Amino acid sequence: MEPVLTSFVREPDSYSLAISLKHGAYEGLKKALGTAPAQVIEMVKASGLRGRGGAGFPTGMKWGFVPKDSPKPKYVVCNADESEPGTFKDHVLMERNPHLVLEGVAIACYAIGAKVGYIYIRGEFFHVFERLEAAVAEARAAGYLGTNLFGSGFDCEIYVHRGAGAYEAGEESALLESLEGKRAQPRLRPPFPAVVGLYGCPTVINNVETLANVPAILRHGSEWFAGLGPEKNGGPKLYCISGHVKRPGVYETSMHTTLADLVYDDRYGGGLRDGRALKAVIPGGSSTPVLLPDMLDVPASFDGVAKAGSMLGSAALIVMDDTTCMVWATENLIHFYRHESCGKCTPCREGADWMLKILHKIERGEGEMRDLDLLQSVAQNITGKTLCPFGDAEVAPVLSTLQHFRHEYEAHVREGRCPLPAPWRRAGHGHGH
Amino acid sequence: MTFHPKMAYGTGFQQSARELPEAGEPFAFTPERLARLEAIATQYPPERRRSALLPALYLVQQQQGYVSRRAMEHVAQVIGVTPAEVEDVVSYYTMFYAKPVGKYVLQVCRTLSCALNGAERVTDVLARKLGIKPGETDAEGMFTLIEAECLGACDRAPVILVNDHWHECLRPEDAERLIDDLRSQGPGVLSGCHLCVEKGSK
Repeated sequence: MEPVLTSFVREPDSYSLAISLKHGAYEGLKKALGTAPAQVIEMVKASGLRGRGGAGFPTGMKWGFVPKDSPKPKYVVCNADESEPGTFKDHVLMERNPHLVLEGVAIACYAIGAKVGYIYIRGEFFHVFERLEAAVAEARAAGYLGTNLFGSGFDCEIYVHRGAGAYEAGEESALLESLEGKRAQPRLRPPFPAVVGLYGCPTVINNVETLANVPAILRHGSEWFAGLGPEKNGGPKLYCISGHVKRPGVYETSMHTTLADLVYDDRYGGGLRDGRALKAVIPGGSSTPVLLPDMLDVPASFDGVAKAGSMLGSAALIVMDDTTCMVWATENLIHFYRHESCGKCTPCREGADWMLKILHKIERGEGEMRDLDLLQSVAQNITGKTLCPFGDAEVAPVLSTLQHFRHEYEAHVREGRCPLPAPWRRAGHGHGH
Repeated sequence: MTFHPKMAYGTGFQQSARELPEAGEPFAFTPERLARLEAIATQYPPERRRSALLPALYLVQQQQGYVSRRAMEHVAQVIGVTPAEVEDVVSYYTMFYAKPVGKYVLQVCRTLSCALNGAERVTDVLARKLGIKPGETDAEGMFTLIEAECLGACDRAPVILVNDHWHECLRPEDAERLIDDLRSQGPGVLSGCHLCVEKGSK
């Protein structure tokens, strides 16, 4: 598939307005402004665009939930908090093609009747924050943002808001809290942000890549977009491939591409390094269940990966070779979740700590067989019992490795040590905290 | 942030992880920073000034390197919230430091994609070289070492952040030299983000 989102990102100065305009920047916005807002929403609905942040929710439907008759101001918030372990696709879009992101935000503003869009970017992406701010200034000076865009009477301002280090801020209601100057902790829903969002006003929150797809839908049409991928999984898709592959990176292709191709094909991951064999793949960021090598012959689409027993999530493939201890890998991820749990819901906050304690005990060879059942029980008492999907996310690595790699957990207990202390790990493992 | 104190696993009871912020020197924004903050505040509705709290705290850190209790009180006054609300926010986000840090804050990504590529060893080499544990600052006040969770550059693992600058593909065998180079040559030795193809083509 010809790249749509990343077609010119390798060109020098690809982020400048001049180069972006050469590649058709803001043509989608111009087209949108000549169309009725309701019609723009219909186009996005017809394209079948699904949210690229993780959930895969239909974008047009989300926009349609915004009440038309509300007297309150409306807002568009672009979720650029990209923090899911293994994910670095929005990073590329914002750094190399920022005007595409701005254009997507502006079209979304027009469609739902907002005059202001905020881009909430994670604090660690300081250089990307600067790049976005420069792009906003450039677009504004050239009349692509600001007042009366293309003589349509439509006004739109975009502001870039920098977070300060919190994975939970990527969860949409927690992001709104953070944008309001508070701790990033989730809100009880309903009401959903489309009705009561930022400052209590109707708000659409979309991922960077989701919004970056919108200009192409306006320019080339809904049918073209839907036709790029399998049914209900249309459009271009960015995949992040990391771990033990030869060619880690971001790759744009259609969702016809299989997970196996993404790992092995020379156009993508290029297979495993050093002649090693594949052991496991996390297909959609750390919050998605791990898959075995023989489960990868499915399209890397929302529905394809779901059929394989996992989720496409943020399309972040973390590839692990046969030197990887899966108990260690799980402990590594649960360390992440324990650190990042926002603390609002007891099952998630305390559960993450207990899961880490148990995993650490097993990994260092001090576990007992009954710890495996205890671990499973703790995990099952978190899932479904929290305000936001974080709880379900943090149990995915635990439950899926217990399912597929129970023998490895048992080997740790039986042998009283980690049977796979890979050379790239901490020397004399077991004191990592 | 974390709610659980660093402790030996499986022993003892949990205790509060709350650390009271240091009082620090008397603090007020410089006129330039105050003007910058007021400019940022115009991005939000006037009655939603609290949205400028995170930007205000970044300005504090720019000015004095960390966020002291006195600075929190000043920010509370400028933004129009209570000092407790400011402390609530400062203590939540990992990028705000409630105590002084070194000239260079080294954040080594420790999450899976980086760990699969040797990040644990990078941390150990840096800790040994600096004679400190993660979370500590060296005696000269030059380096603070932090183990950070996923930084979002997993294809260039292991990645570290040095203040606001990226350094990518840091192999354990090169980590020691990075410290020497930072000491002798400053932040110019950092790789930056590989996506800056303009830099690479020079």
